Amino acid sequence: MVEKTATDAALQSIPALLARNAAKWGAMPAYREKEFGIWQSWTWSETADEVRAIALGFLTLGLERGDHVAIIGRNRPALYWSMMAAQMCGAVPVPLYQDAVAEEMAYVLDHCGARFVVCGDQEQVDKVLEVQDRLPNIHQIAYLDRRGMRKYDHSQMNALADVAAEGRAAHQRVGAELDKRIAELTFDHPCVMLYTSGTTGKPKGVVLSNRNIIMTSKNSAEFDHLRQTDEVLAYLPMAWVGDFIFSIGQALWTGFTVNCPENASTMMNDLREIGPTYFFAPPRVFEGQLTNVMIRMEDAGKLKKRMFDHYMALARRVGPAILDGKPVSAMDRLRYRLGDIFVYGPLKNTLGYSRIRVGYTAGEAIGPEIFDFYRSLGINLKQLYGQTEASVFITQQPDGQVRSDTVGVPSPGVEVRIADNGEVFYRSPGTFVEYYKNAESTASTKDAEGWVATGDAGFFEEDTGHLRIIDRAKDVGKMADGRLFAPKYVENKLKFYPNILEAVVFGAGREMCTAFINIDLTAVGNWAERNNIAYSSYQELAAHPKVYEMIQGHVEEVNRSVAADPMLSGCQIHRFLILHKELDADDGELTRTRKVRRNIIAEKFADLIDALYAGKDQIYTETEVTYEDGRKGSIKATLTLRDAAVVDGQKRMAAE
Amino acid sequence: MNQMNPEGYTTADGRKIGPVLMEMKNITLRFGGVKAITDISFDIREGEIRAIIGPNGAGKSSMLNVISGFYVPQEGEVWFKGYKRGPMKPYQVARLGIARTFQNIALFDGMSVLDNIMTGRLTLMNSGLMAQAMWWGTAEKEETAHREKVEKIIDFLEIQAIRKTPVGRLPYGLKKRVELARALAAEPKLLLLDEPMAGMNVEEKEDMCRFILDVNDEFGTTIALIEHDMGVVMDLSDRVVVMDYGKKIGDGTPDEVRNNPDVINAYLGVSHD
Repeated sequence: MVEKTATDAALQSIPALLARNAAKWGAMPAYREKEFGIWQSWTWSETADEVRAIALGFLTLGLERGDHVAIIGRNRPALYWSMMAAQMCGAVPVPLYQDAVAEEMAYVLDHCGARFVVCGDQEQVDKVLEVQDRLPNIHQIAYLDRRGMRKYDHSQMNALADVAAEGRAAHQRVGAELDKRIAELTFDHPCVMLYTSGTTGKPKGVVLSNRNIIMTSKNSAEFDHLRQTDEVLAYLPMAWVGDFIFSIGQALWTGFTVNCPENASTMMNDLREIGPTYFFAPPRVFEGQLTNVMIRMEDAGKLKKRMFDHYMALARRVGPAILDGKPVSAMDRLRYRLGDIFVYGPLKNTLGYSRIRVGYTAGEAIGPEIFDFYRSLGINLKQLYGQTEASVFITQQPDGQVRSDTVGVPSPGVEVRIADNGEVFYRSPGTFVEYYKNAESTASTKDAEGWVATGDAGFFEEDTGHLRIIDRAKDVGKMADGRLFAPKYVENKLKFYPNILEAVVFGAGREMCTAFINIDLTAVGNWAERNNIAYSSYQELAAHPKVYEMIQGHVEEVNRSVAADPMLSGCQIHRFLILHKELDADDGELTRTRKVRRNIIAEKFADLIDALYAGKDQIYTETEVTYEDGRKGSIKATLTLRDAAVVDGQKRMAAE
Repeated sequence: MNQMNPEGYTTADGRKIGPVLMEMKNITLRFGGVKAITDISFDIREGEIRAIIGPNGAGKSSMLNVISGFYVPQEGEVWFKGYKRGPMKPYQVARLGIARTFQNIALFDGMSVLDNIMTGRLTLMNSGLMAQAMWWGTAEKEETAHREKVEKIIDFLEIQAIRKTPVGRLPYGLKKRVELARALAAEPKLLLLDEPMAGMNVEEKEDMCRFILDVNDEFGTTIALIEHDMGVVMDLSDRVVVMDYGKKIGDGTPDEVRNNPDVINAYLGVSHD
């Protein structure tokens, strides 16, 4: 368990925590990675040794205090160590999204002025070299995977293993300097710089101090009673603040084990093998798994299918109550236990969730059915609300008070207030220092007293004290007749249908709402197979009249549910169309964390929006697309536009 | 065209090519009255990527089968590592350090990817049948060592996710990759690839190209390949042999071959008398 005296002067940086862990839990596993088919593991003392070797190596290559060290690659222990090594040298690690194309990478590398770049493999090195002539600051490149790197010019490039070996050899020469730099680190030194994906404009570099990271890690670890024996799976992008908090902040604070998958495609297998006790996933991971389970149950034998249906019905009825410790009859408890033997246990094992004590989802709203499905199985899945600027945690749900439509109570140490316009503000020890080289944005986001605007609109529920988020504050607008317009609220309701992958709702300043729909190829494709609908491409499936009928059904159901809320009844969708391509981050339509970039979409598909409001039934359009390797092409399509039935909200308006 | 230093040469991208590894001298191969190959001579140097190209029916696959020792030519000599090679059994060829992949994939469909690749190491295993069956003595240690090698290859070819999947369930492009993995598992000196890109889409081709280059670079394996896709051949190989109607009509670097009038005729078509 965590020490009471833990915030004392000695533990004010990640390297200090690393030294403590090496002394206290020296023989316990710190990082694991599956490689060559086997889980390789490093104890805390081995980790401390490796990190020091890399740090010494960085010093011999001339890393200076305050330099930025960019880290690009998938989750691998050595990359986490590189971040800690950079901190030891007084430099600031800057993890980047590894799937970013060279152009996006160039912006961030240029903005932070990175002098050192640590790459996972040849692919990442190639991207850096592609833009290097524009980035005179880059002094050294290190890479982790040697494969294919033999022929490169190594005058300013090294394998990370060689950097560490050189560091070990030079320990007498630069060891004292390193110790001096480690001793200089304080609570107010920058710990990491993370670029926010930015739903609008260019990404901003959020500077988080040691205080931000360590206090937040401490508070959140205590909130969920995290222990040294916990296991996490590190599979989310290293550039995302959550991964930094889980795989470095909390891992260093509580001393639990961070497991890195073999590669992205083996993640589900590795999840099963590790069976994490503390797990985080964005809603789409849970959605994807549920869709898979349901598809496979459709193909299962009759007996299995009946057992599954029977026990899942029971679980939905009593499962969440049992998990929350509410009273449930003895008979139901007994039946639930039987269900656990026959259905829930094996299912959880297949999913890799047998050992989860604490599971979180955040980033987007999660569908109530999906959320309840996992909770009914006895998985303690909760929601949190956070931001990069807050070092993740703003609010989170305590055990036993979990619901799908709230994001919980303020996290320990966090103050939250709601402004008059409904925008949520917070202040906490985790509140970021500044946006790097962007004082203007810093000032407009964080006021003199430390209150930070989240940009989200929400309210506290009076009876429970839980926060509910409605939408992005700037997206919440007014329609032409003054009714409230909250697109995200409606989009989320649409996205809860497995057939709908993305939805974008328009209507600010207009007299009615319209929507673009993206179908989910897996779910709709499966449905098409079952219903003998032949199709050869995404585009053809999306334009199929039967698919339109099905989606229309979903839209009209959402309209009925939206109409039930008097404040938002104006947001019903009058007309919609199904897009001919998937919205994609490579085309700039989504952020790298898969959030919709409303303005860009509105600009790019302006012809389609005009057609929706002009009442046309069909429109021909051409769209530019970017392939994964950066080449461009275009798709041509004739799209169908449809009307959807709406529930008359005028009476309610009149009654007001 | 072929005036080279016997000690080897250096390629445009800076790779060192060694002395001659295999030499074909005046090979003629007949099936009954049909001449599949007529008086062909060329060599393959250590560390080289050597391509054999030609229109359909030119005798490329026959040539590869002569190299692998599967066909014994009626005339001519095959020299490997400085020795003249006589008729051989397939296992003897494998022990010599020659491995190959096939135009029509030849894997064990019911076995997992891992087991398929393990079969590539059979010629390198020493423990006897009984010891292996009883899992006794050195057999266990030996299998662990071989598994380690195989895992390195799995990692190299990025097929970790399908390690335990039966080969029969894999798509075509991945099967090709598994076949390459099995050939690599034998740690060959000379790797023969029979149309490694046939039937692949652009992305799979790009992946395969990169793997072939990486294999050559990382393990120093000499590679001889047959390929239809001219773009691929010209990008990949150091030297190219061009065949048409069983005869060699060109031999040299991709640029030399590209500008050879006989080659242009063979590909663009002129009337044969």
